[in-house]
Amino acid sequence: MIITNNAYLRADGRKGIRNHIVVAYLVECAHHVAREIVYPYRESGVHLIGFGGCYPNDYAARMMRTLCTHPNVGGVILLSLGCESFNRNSLSEAIVASGRPVETLVIQQNGGTRKTIEQGRKLMEDMLAKVAEVPRVPLHISEFIVGTVCGGSDATSGITANPSIGRAFDSLVEQKASCIFEETGELMGCEDIMTARAATPELAGILRDSVTKAAKYYTVLGHGSFAPGNAEGGLTTMEEKSMGAYAKSGASRISGLLKPGDIPPRGGLYLLDVVPDGEVRFGFPNINDSAEIAELIACGSHVILFSTGRGSVVGAAISPVIKVCANPETYRRMSEDMDVDAGKILDGRASLDEVGREILDLSLAVARGAQTKSEELGHQEFVLTYKSFEPIGPSCLPSA
Amino acid sequence: MHDPKLLLLDPADNVLVAIQTLEAGDILTVGGQRVNMPTRLTLGHKLAARTIPAGEKILKYRVPIGSATRDIAVGEHVHLHNMKSDYIQTFTLESGQTFSTNHDHH
Repeated sequence: MIITNNAYLRADGRKGIRNHIVVAYLVECAHHVAREIVYPYRESGVHLIGFGGCYPNDYAARMMRTLCTHPNVGGVILLSLGCESFNRNSLSEAIVASGRPVETLVIQQNGGTRKTIEQGRKLMEDMLAKVAEVPRVPLHISEFIVGTVCGGSDATSGITANPSIGRAFDSLVEQKASCIFEETGELMGCEDIMTARAATPELAGILRDSVTKAAKYYTVLGHGSFAPGNAEGGLTTMEEKSMGAYAKSGASRISGLLKPGDIPPRGGLYLLDVVPDGEVRFGFPNINDSAEIAELIACGSHVILFSTGRGSVVGAAISPVIKVCANPETYRRMSEDMDVDAGKILDGRASLDEVGREILDLSLAVARGAQTKSEELGHQEFVLTYKSFEPIGPSCLPSA
Repeated sequence: MHDPKLLLLDPADNVLVAIQTLEAGDILTVGGQRVNMPTRLTLGHKLAARTIPAGEKILKYRVPIGSATRDIAVGEHVHLHNMKSDYIQTFTLESGQTFSTNHDHH
């Protein structure tokens, strides 16, 4: 099935559903200048991302590389202070190699804040003209990548929004799209039912190991992925929350395990392992929902399905976020922020299948250019912190 | 039979989920019995679908989500005060234990 004839073809052959320019700061010291360059263009598809740390980190470098060469990104302006350790040349080379236009501004070499902002805005005019000429091509559903995340969960999340997203995922996977679910720390207690869905016995072992790793990681931190608001909303235990989160994955066979920055090799359902490898080093695996969304986008997600019960408002830089509201009371309070009212299942106004179909249809409409609520409201959250991962092994992606 | 304000996610479950706010003093039918709500409970909270003895697994979606820490009566609110995780809380650093891979994940 062709989703749209208006996808953006990149020189590396990948296809986007948005044509954004990314301004990326390479250390917090360059954040302000980057933000000022973006500001006049914030409603013209120019998005701000960056890494705040001054010390080198392979994970952050890989995330920035995969995000700056994401199919929804047409061009990049890099903002360096000048003395940070981020390797701006290697990032710039990777973007050049992907065929995307890239400019690098070094604040210390450019005469400071004001001059760099002026130059950045001048470069932006040229870059906007360049990306406007990107060829438009058909996007087949087998080239479409959708990620899912939940945040601000309550007990309705696992009853309405998450199983509805699971139905949409089942339908997408059946049509050979790639679907990614994540947060192994929220799958504790689901190991047996999840590993039974793995494509191969080796993959089943890998899926189980990823949850064991998450349990160990959270144990050392002395804190599960369980916020006080979860209990107030009626969720009592980690495994109860896990079951609710797990429902987002639907019922398809699990084709592989990814780590942040790995792109699904073909259509299917994938688990994204977001918990770092090795000893606990840099704190919580993901400090908030936006850090998880950034990782799903780094895996090539064109669109993110975000399930929320208590009412998150976030969107994301680079890829549109569709908010599926699980709780009918939250929906009534915050409907301007919500794309789908999954809580109507509780009122008996729709079935899980009907809401699943609505989510699927909306995902395809967004791929055709329809704006999500968070896009309309200007949300472009982005968070990237320190982490470390070993590369995935061959058994993580068994051939179909 | 259960009150329509309560959702049984799976026939095997021993808890029901409130799908709208239950007010203190509400009288609900749970498992054919009439139960008086002692406190207000918001949407998403769990009630015992039947008597649950201490130590029994709490089943939701046909999956254990923890264990009862004391006997729970029909219609009683099931939450932190009468059930616990069989999972992460067992292994917090505060209790002086470290993670063990011998742990049975059921």
